[in-house]
Amino acid sequence: MIQHFPFIAVVILIGLGIYACMFKRNLIKIVIGVSLIESGVNLFLITLGYVKGGVAPIYTNAPGTNMVLPTPQALTLTSIVIGLATTALMLSFAVLIYKHYSSIDAKTRRLKG
Amino acid sequence: MNFLLTHAPILIIALPLLGAFLTPLISRLHPKMRNIFVLTILIFTGFLTMLLTRDVLANGIRVYVLGAAPSTLTVPTGSIMPVRIILETDALSVLMAMISVSLAFVSALYSSKFMENRTGLDKYYTLLLLLLAGMLGMELTGDLFNLFVFLEITSISGCALVAFYTDRGESAEAAFKYMLIGTVGALFVLFAVALLYGEYDALNIGYLASKIQYSFLDKIALVLLVGAFAMKAGSVPMHMWKPDAYGEAPASVVIMLVTSSLASLYALLRVCFTLYGNVLNTAVVGWIIIVLGVLSIFVGVTMALVQNKFSRLIGYTAVAEIGYMLLGVGVGLASLTNGSIEDYGLKAVQGGLFHIMNDALDLGLLFLVAGAVFYSTGKSDLNKLGGLAHNMKYTTIFFMIGLAAVSGLPPMNGFASKLIIYETSYQLEPLGPILSIIAILSSILMLAVFVKVFHSAFLGPKLKEYENVKDAPRSMLIAMGILAVFIIIFGLFPDTVINTIIKPAANALIDYQGYIDKIMGGV
Repeated sequence: MIQHFPFIAVVILIGLGIYACMFKRNLIKIVIGVSLIESGVNLFLITLGYVKGGVAPIYTNAPGTNMVLPTPQALTLTSIVIGLATTALMLSFAVLIYKHYSSIDAKTRRLKG
Repeated sequence: MNFLLTHAPILIIALPLLGAFLTPLISRLHPKMRNIFVLTILIFTGFLTMLLTRDVLANGIRVYVLGAAPSTLTVPTGSIMPVRIILETDALSVLMAMISVSLAFVSALYSSKFMENRTGLDKYYTLLLLLLAGMLGMELTGDLFNLFVFLEITSISGCALVAFYTDRGESAEAAFKYMLIGTVGALFVLFAVALLYGEYDALNIGYLASKIQYSFLDKIALVLLVGAFAMKAGSVPMHMWKPDAYGEAPASVVIMLVTSSLASLYALLRVCFTLYGNVLNTAVVGWIIIVLGVLSIFVGVTMALVQNKFSRLIGYTAVAEIGYMLLGVGVGLASLTNGSIEDYGLKAVQGGLFHIMNDALDLGLLFLVAGAVFYSTGKSDLNKLGGLAHNMKYTTIFFMIGLAAVSGLPPMNGFASKLIIYETSYQLEPLGPILSIIAILSSILMLAVFVKVFHSAFLGPKLKEYENVKDAPRSMLIAMGILAVFIIIFGLFPDTVINTIIKPAANALIDYQGYIDKIMGGV
């Protein structure tokens, strides 16, 4: 059971994120939703890479030649960096929207139809 | 020359990437020098792409393994599967790369006058080159995670460019919408990649395609991938970002965004035909794509009818155009499974791919015309424009060419590809005739839309406020002229174009076994 906890957390995180993106009208909350989805996906990636009793692929410290393939960790790092960039950019758009409309409610918008 | 060819796939991605970050430095010296530098980078990238295209068309798929001593060693000695990042270019990839690079060149040429009086241009050109690097990466890579990274590069740089007019709230609003769709879509892709990695311990598309089982998890991954890429390509029901982004971004950026949505479409095709090519034995996916396509055609055209902002209107027709491509390719995918791929399926795929090329040219030309009108008059509201044909002769001619091409009138390229799509979708069992009827009727409606625009913006008596309007400057006219010339050439000689580049691309798309064999060394 205990080994399934990370996957349950992944589902909850992604579900909450999608809920926030779809039903919240505050732009900041939407950005939070996106970063929740992102954390869920990152957690999923890192959980996949966990091997019980695995050895980190550092040649000088490893006892044998059987080491864990570090791909999921590398993927997670890359995706965290990308996530930072997207979150920052989205927040800066929210700032711009606030400057022009004096509101961060998704309902006050001019592009319709 | 041989050295260049060997390393061409990575150089094509690396050159715009390097150029992007050198641009602000060169911008310090002189703005003119920066423009020349960007154009030089693009010309050189185009030259490399040509070199690669010639080689791929003559010798078949080309692989480039990053970090391997001989750059063709896909599976390292002592290993049973490819672990390195591999760039795999077949005829379809080079076709898409050619489209991206040439449109980027046109965009840069057009920007040199169009954006002249704006500030922050060094960042503008940096983002433009980054956007190009991202698109080329998506088109040339053979690795799923790389695909995700390049997808994010395109969406980040594309969004920043959409919000380029920071003095207007609408641009920020459009950019936020585009970014939200792009990021959530990309995260879906990443989740699907993680699912596939968890099952097969690999990220290489060719290797995954050879191992894929079509289990329940694979189906979830397929749904996520198709959904995300269709979202990024701008098909109905997730099309609402498209008219916003296309309506608010500068015209020179919009044509780059058009090609970036085509790059997402390419990724969709790669997933459906290559990654799942081995196991996709039901017509369901094909039909889903067909339905998305027909809905996009219908919704795009009907929404375009009621618009009164020039570029926003073209944005809605862009949704319809994506629909035509999805229809063509979807018919091909559905026919793969009912055994009639030889009869009309391959032809349908060719029509879809030919339409990708034509769409980039036609919509590109129309957006540039809309940009030229905005440049000269400062307005884009169709109710306020009128009588521009008196003063803007060349722009009017270009608009007429674009109008004829996008609505599929005979001497232009749009006719050639749309005819193939009508012809082949008619033969699909069941419901085929209805599909082609909807497609034809929507094409007629599209003509109506553009005739309305033509009438309200260009015809009529000279208006007082536009008495002293001048035609667009020369570099913008040249940029539009390049596209117009290609539209006419492709329209007059469609057979030559189809035989030289579209047919090999369609064959490469169908032939997933060849793609796998190139990676696995024919095992």
